[in-house]
Amino acid sequence: MINQRSFFFNVDWLSILLFLFLITIGWFSIYAAVYDENAVYIIDFSSNSGKQLLFIMVSIMLGVVILLLDSKFFYVLSPVFYGLTIMLLVAVLLIGRNVGGNQAWIPIGSFRLQPSEFAKWASSLLLARYISSLTGKLNDFSNALPAIVILIFPMLLIMLQPDTGSALVFLALVFTLYREGLSPYFLVAGFMMIILFVCTLLFTKLVVIIVISFVSAFIIYYFYKKNKRIVATTIATFILSVVFIFSVDFVYNNVLQAHQKSRIDLLLGLINDPKGAGYNVNQSKIAIGSGGLLGRGYLQGTQTKFNFVPEQSTDFIFCTIGEEWGFAGTSTVISLYLFLILRLIFIAERQRSSFSRIYGYTVACIIFCHFFINIGMTIGLVPVIGIPLPFISYGGSSLISFTILLFILLKLDANRMGII
Amino acid sequence: MDSFFNRKYVIQTIFIVITLTLLIRIFYIQVIDKQYLLSANNNVLRRLIIYPARGIILDRNLKVLVQNEPVYDLMVIPGQVAAFDTLAFCNLIGIQKNIFDSQFVRSKKYSLYRASVFEKQLSAKTAAALQERLFEYPGFYVQNRSVRYYPDSIAAQFLGYIGEVNDKEIEKSGSFYNKGDYIGKSGIEKSYEDLLRGQRGVRNIMVDVHNREKGSFFEGKYDTLAVSGDNLISSLDKRIQQFGEQLMNNKIGSIVAIEPETGEILAFVSSPSYNPNMMVGRQRGNNYMKLLNEGTKPMFIRPTQAEYPPGSIFKVINALVAQQFKTVDYNTVCSCPGGYRYGYRGFMKCTHVHGSLNLIGAIQESCNTYFGYTYAKMVDKSGLRPINGYRKWREAVSKFGIGSKLNIDLPAERKGLLPTAELYTKRWKSEKWGSGFNISLSIGQGELGITPLQMANVAAIIANKGYYYKPHLIKAIGNKKIIRPEFTQKNYVGIDTQYFSPVIEGMSRVVKQGTAYYSKINDIEICGKTGTVQNPHGANHSVFFAFAPRINPKIAIAVVVENAGYGATWSAPIASLLIEKYLRDSITRPKYYTDRLLNANLLPKKPALKISLTAIDSINKKIKADSIKKNILPKLKPKLNDTLKIKIPKPSIKKLKDTLYETLKPKPSR
Repeated sequence: MINQRSFFFNVDWLSILLFLFLITIGWFSIYAAVYDENAVYIIDFSSNSGKQLLFIMVSIMLGVVILLLDSKFFYVLSPVFYGLTIMLLVAVLLIGRNVGGNQAWIPIGSFRLQPSEFAKWASSLLLARYISSLTGKLNDFSNALPAIVILIFPMLLIMLQPDTGSALVFLALVFTLYREGLSPYFLVAGFMMIILFVCTLLFTKLVVIIVISFVSAFIIYYFYKKNKRIVATTIATFILSVVFIFSVDFVYNNVLQAHQKSRIDLLLGLINDPKGAGYNVNQSKIAIGSGGLLGRGYLQGTQTKFNFVPEQSTDFIFCTIGEEWGFAGTSTVISLYLFLILRLIFIAERQRSSFSRIYGYTVACIIFCHFFINIGMTIGLVPVIGIPLPFISYGGSSLISFTILLFILLKLDANRMGII
Repeated sequence: MDSFFNRKYVIQTIFIVITLTLLIRIFYIQVIDKQYLLSANNNVLRRLIIYPARGIILDRNLKVLVQNEPVYDLMVIPGQVAAFDTLAFCNLIGIQKNIFDSQFVRSKKYSLYRASVFEKQLSAKTAAALQERLFEYPGFYVQNRSVRYYPDSIAAQFLGYIGEVNDKEIEKSGSFYNKGDYIGKSGIEKSYEDLLRGQRGVRNIMVDVHNREKGSFFEGKYDTLAVSGDNLISSLDKRIQQFGEQLMNNKIGSIVAIEPETGEILAFVSSPSYNPNMMVGRQRGNNYMKLLNEGTKPMFIRPTQAEYPPGSIFKVINALVAQQFKTVDYNTVCSCPGGYRYGYRGFMKCTHVHGSLNLIGAIQESCNTYFGYTYAKMVDKSGLRPINGYRKWREAVSKFGIGSKLNIDLPAERKGLLPTAELYTKRWKSEKWGSGFNISLSIGQGELGITPLQMANVAAIIANKGYYYKPHLIKAIGNKKIIRPEFTQKNYVGIDTQYFSPVIEGMSRVVKQGTAYYSKINDIEICGKTGTVQNPHGANHSVFFAFAPRINPKIAIAVVVENAGYGATWSAPIASLLIEKYLRDSITRPKYYTDRLLNANLLPKKPALKISLTAIDSINKKIKADSIKKNILPKLKPKLNDTLKIKIPKPSIKKLKDTLYETLKPKPSR
C-alpha cells in the first residue's frame, strides 16, 4: 500500500498535463474568437475570454479540492449527487431561463448554471456504483433495467428542455455497459440502426429492403447446413430490420422536429441551403477549410473575427482553431483528445475496484462523445447537435463539470491501491 | 482482471477508427479541397473599384473643350438611418415625399448595410447646404464623383457624350464594364474610349458578416491605384469652331475645315447643334429624348453622316480626272451655247451662254456645257465601251475618297454614294448605256452622295496637289504626341501634280472675279468653288469649298448650308470668314458683313404648313368655294399640323422622270 503522504506522486500527471493543454488552447481560441482589434484587453471580465479565465481558475481550484477529498466520498455520496441533479433538472424546467428555445439554464447572479452538464457525472457515478455492486450478469434483463433507468431518467428530463444534444450523450455510455458485459449485439444493433436510418432516407424503402433481403438470403444459404442458430438470428434480424425501416418514416416525420429534420437532410445532402438552415455548417466548413495546412496565423482568421461563423466561442470554437492554425492545429487538438481518451481507458483498466473502472469508462465515453459530435458537426460529418467541445468551448458549467468529471477519476486513480 | 477484459480493445479500436475518420475528413477540407479558401475570401473580401478621372480633351492650342467637374451623390446606408424629419429633408434636397419613400424602400431592398445611391448628382449648392446639416441624418452621406463639363458648350457632335453602359456593351466588352459604369456613346468619347477611360484601380477591403468595412486586406498589398485617362489634344481650333457654330446658328448644314499638310480637322460644325452640357446631369434622359425628337435632328452628325450631291464643286474633280485621262488639257476650248445637248433630245442647261471657254474659264464660270462635254468624252470616247469608260472614270474619282469611308476617328461615318456601273446596267436593263444616261454626274448632280468631310478632303487634296492625309480629330495623346500611324501616311489620288495648276488657277479666279467674288479677302488668296445643289425636296443647298492661301495652303474648308440657295450667297462668305479668322485671327470685313451671316435664319419655315397650303390651293381650284368652307377645309386642317405627309408634287415629278427616260432610251449616244 502506498503511503498517503506521497499522494501527489500517485496522481496521473500526464492526464493533468493534457487537461491543462486543452484548457489553455481553449482560452486562446476563445480570445481569438471574440478578438476585436479596437478593444484589446487581455483580461476583461465582461468578455467571454475574461469570463473563461475565471472559470478556468475555479475549475483548477475545484480539481485540487477534489484531489484532496476522500475517495470514498464519491462512492458514498453518488446517490445524493444524482438526486440533487435530478432536482436541478426538474427545477430548470420550472424556473429556468429560456435561451434560444432551450430551457436549460438557471440564472445565478450574472452567471447561468446548466444542470444538464452536471447530470452527466452524477449519473456516471451512480451507474458505476450500481454496476459495481451487481453480483449477476449485466446481460440479464433484471440487472440491466435499473442501469437503464439511471440513464433514461435524466435523459428524459433533459429532452423536455428540450436539449436533444445533451441527452444523446448519455447513449455513449452504451460502450461502458458493453465493457461491463452487455451483449455486443446492442452495439451491432445500434450501428445497424444508424446505417438503415441513413440508407432509408437516402434511398427508398424498397431498395433497402431488397438489399438486406439479398444479404440475408446469402447468409442463410451459406450457413444453412453448418449453423442453424445463425440462420435463425438472421431471419429475426431481417424481420426486425424491415419493421425498423418502416418505422423510420414515422420517427422522421413525427418524432423529430423540423430543425432536426433539416439538419439531417443537410448532412445527407438531400437539401442544399447554404444561406438558411445550412448556414452554420457551411460557414464553419469555410472557416476550417480556409485554414489550409498551417492556418492564417493567430488572430488573423477573418471568418471568425468578422463573425461569419455563429456560436464561435461555444459550439463552433473548433472553427477558430481550424482557421488560424490550419491542419497542424486541428490534428494536434484531435491527437490530444485521442491521447487523453486512450489514457483514460488505460487508467480505467488499471483500477482494482470495479467502481473506479466503470466510472473511468464513463468519463472516457462522455468526453469522446462530445469530442466526436462537436468536431464532426463543424466539418459536416454529423448533424448539428449543440454540445460543447470538452475543456475548449466557452462556458462555465461545461468546463467545471468536465473538470469535476475528470478529476474524480484522477482522485480515484490516485487512490487505486486503497480500498473503496 | 474480469472476464470482459478483452473488450477494451474493441472500444479502443472503435474510438481510434472514428478519430481517424475525423482526421481524414479534416485533412480533405483543409489541405486538399481549395474551394473553402475561395469561399472564405468571397465572404470577407470586397473589391472596391476606384474610378480614374476620365481624360480631358483639349483643342489644338491646348484650350479645354471637355473637363471633369465634381458632382455630389447622396448615399444612404438604410441600416444606420434613425428617425428624422423626412419632410425637411425632402425640401433640403428638393424631392417629393413619395419619391423619397419609394427610393428609401429601394435602397432598403438592395441592402441594409451597404451604401447605395439615394439621389444622383446634387448641385454643389444643395450638397453644401446638406453637408452642413448631415449630422441630423445619420446613415446619409455625400459622395463626390466627377461628370463631364463643357466650358464653351461647343463641338457637341465632335466630342460626343458619355452614358451608362447597356447590357450589350457590357457583353461586348467581355464584362470589363459593370452596370452603372460610364462609357463613351458617340464622338471622340466613343472612338477614344480606351484611352480616355484610364485604368481602374482596385481596393481590396475586408468586411464582416454585416458587410461593414473592417480595414484593408493585407495592408493593401493587392490594391492597385487608378490611372487617370489620357488627355487628348484634338486637332480642333476652338476659335474657328466657336465662330463657325455661331455663323451656322439657325441654319442647317456643316462646316469641315482641314489642315491640308497634316489632315488634322480644324473645325467640325454640325448644325443645328446642341449644348453638350445637356447630356450631363439629372435632366440627361429628358434632354436626350427631346433632342432625338427634334425635327431638325441635332443628334445627326452632318459632317460625316449627311450625304449631298456635291453640285458644281464636283466639276473640279472632273477637271482633274479629265486632264489625267488626257481627255482635255488646260487649253482645250469648248463653246457654250447655253447648255449641253446630248443623246436624242437631251439638253442640260447652263447658267449663262458662256461662249468659248478653256478649262480655267470653265471652272471659273462653272460652265455645265464644258463639263458635260468633257464627261461625255471621258465615258464614251475613251476607246473602251462606254460602260468600261464609266468604270475607269469611277475608279479615278473614287481615289478622291468619294463613295467610301475616310475612316475618320469618329464612329458612324457614312461612305456616301458613287454609283457603280452595275447600278445603271440594272436600271436600264442593258449594258449599252453611255454618258447620256447619267450626264448629271458631270456637274455633281444625280446619284452622287458626298459628305461635307469628303468635300473638305477634296479641297485638301487640291491644296496638296495630289495627295491627302486621312482626316483625323486627334493630334496627340497625352504627352506622348503619338497618333495612329495611318494618319501620317500620304494617300495619293493618282493625278499628276501639273494638272492641278489650271484647276487651282480656275478656283482662284472663282473667288477673285468669279461666282464667289463677294467672299474675296484682301491679301489672302482663296481658291474655292461654289456649288448650288439642286434639291428635289426643297430649296437648293448652298455649297462652297476652298483652300487658302494659294501658296503653301494652311486650311481647306467645305461649307454646306441646306436649303439656302446659291453657294456664293451663304456658304462662300461663311468659309471666307472662317479662313480669315483662322489665318489672321481677326476679321477685316465690315460688321454688317458678319452680322448678315450671324443673324440669318435659313431654317425651313414650317415646310409642313407651306406645302399643305399649296396643296389645298390646288384642291381649291377644283372644288367649289362653298363646299370647301363646309367640308374639305375642316377635314384637312388637322392634318396640316401634324405632318407633311400630304402627297402633292410627287406624281408630277414621276411623270417628268418617265418622259425624260423615254426621251433618253432610244439611242445611246456614241
